Amino acid sequence: MKIIHTPLDRKQIRKLKVGNKVLLTGIIYTARDQAHTRLISAINQKKRLPIDLNGQIIYYCGPTLTPKRKIIGSCGPTTSSRMDRFSPGLLKAGLSAMIGKGRRSPEVVAAIKKYHAVYFLTYAGCGALLSSYVKEKKFVAYKDLGPEAIYRLYVKEFPLIVGVDCYAGNIY
Amino acid sequence: MRRLNSSIIKQAVAQLCIQANIQLRSDVLLALKRARQRENKTRAKDTLGAIIKNASLAKKEGLAICQDTGLPCIFVELGDNLKIVGNLKTAINQGVEIGYKKGYLRNSIVAEPLLRKRAGFKPVVIHFNLVKGSNLKLTVLPKGFGCENKSRLKMFFPTDDIGQIKKFIIDCVKQAGPDACPPYIIGVGIGGTADYACLLAKKALLKKITNRISRLEQDLLKEINRLNIGPMGLGGKTTCLGVNIQTYPTHIAGLPVAVNISCHALRSASKTL
Repeated sequence: MKIIHTPLDRKQIRKLKVGNKVLLTGIIYTARDQAHTRLISAINQKKRLPIDLNGQIIYYCGPTLTPKRKIIGSCGPTTSSRMDRFSPGLLKAGLSAMIGKGRRSPEVVAAIKKYHAVYFLTYAGCGALLSSYVKEKKFVAYKDLGPEAIYRLYVKEFPLIVGVDCYAGNIY
Repeated sequence: MRRLNSSIIKQAVAQLCIQANIQLRSDVLLALKRARQRENKTRAKDTLGAIIKNASLAKKEGLAICQDTGLPCIFVELGDNLKIVGNLKTAINQGVEIGYKKGYLRNSIVAEPLLRKRAGFKPVVIHFNLVKGSNLKLTVLPKGFGCENKSRLKMFFPTDDIGQIKKFIIDCVKQAGPDACPPYIIGVGIGGTADYACLLAKKALLKKITNRISRLEQDLLKEINRLNIGPMGLGGKTTCLGVNIQTYPTHIAGLPVAVNISCHALRSASKTL
């Protein structure tokens, strides 16, 4: 199976077609509802973001607490459509990919095409299985958000399916 | 009158929270395995395979099946000949917090629905029922919110027919589509009041998935699966693993129907003290 790496450049993104199964090795950033609210607010107020979005991947995930001797707890994807209102803004700011589960709105699909990005699905409801692909975890921002904080994860051969490609091909 | 110390209840709730989140219910696991055998499409088989592997890994490693360890719904059947020594509600809430911390589960509860604030482990939602006897039965159902968000209630006319009700239930699943982690288990509540129908729909999820179901449940199961939403919404025969309907008497002017959708990670655990 094809392995892709971060940072995710246009060359890699162009080759990804809807329905492709790929494995990701590299860095992903967890962010969901509240973190997105803050990121967009920062963009709108022209403030500095806690992460440089260019070429990066956001993973819609709020993991459980981390058990002893583990790198991360259960960490599957949350429902992407709740982030639809924020995604076009982040894509415009340079975000190259999102990982989640479920449908995206027509506006997000259009933004994915416009900004040459990609939306991946991963195994929904399989947080224990997905935790085995996470090799490092580092806190980045918004500690007060608890499970909704931004974490930087290094993943190895993390299983993905292309949900929406840069040509607006949509798996749903 | 038998006496039961609330500290024992606290311990039991803690243990049930961990058990429910780490060990997938055996009837759900069996239904998933059978569904995988029935699927022809590679993607559907692959997805169900991952779900089954996830359940096995979660149990082996003591990890939560899903990172959404839910908002625990606690069902308490309190014997009328039982005296609880201590505060039952406090014991339950403390038990949840202890279990969720010990099990490395997730703090997913915000104290204020509007202001939100920092996420914690409590308070949970508790439903009490008085029964005959000297026992206390506790059931913990950690309800994930991806699927909870797709719940629906409709107040039908008392003269509406079963076809309309079936259409409503199927439409609820259609609307949820891929977004609430199919394959689903559907709880339906019919009757009572608006809120009671919703409670019935939630309680319906506690019933084991079996083949011994009513004609209406069978029909709904068949028609929902004909939607071909499939595992993860990527197509396939398995959109729904089971449908359970709970009913209750209702008002001559009403016919409340509630649908509570569960994702495939339907988790619950019980203990009788």
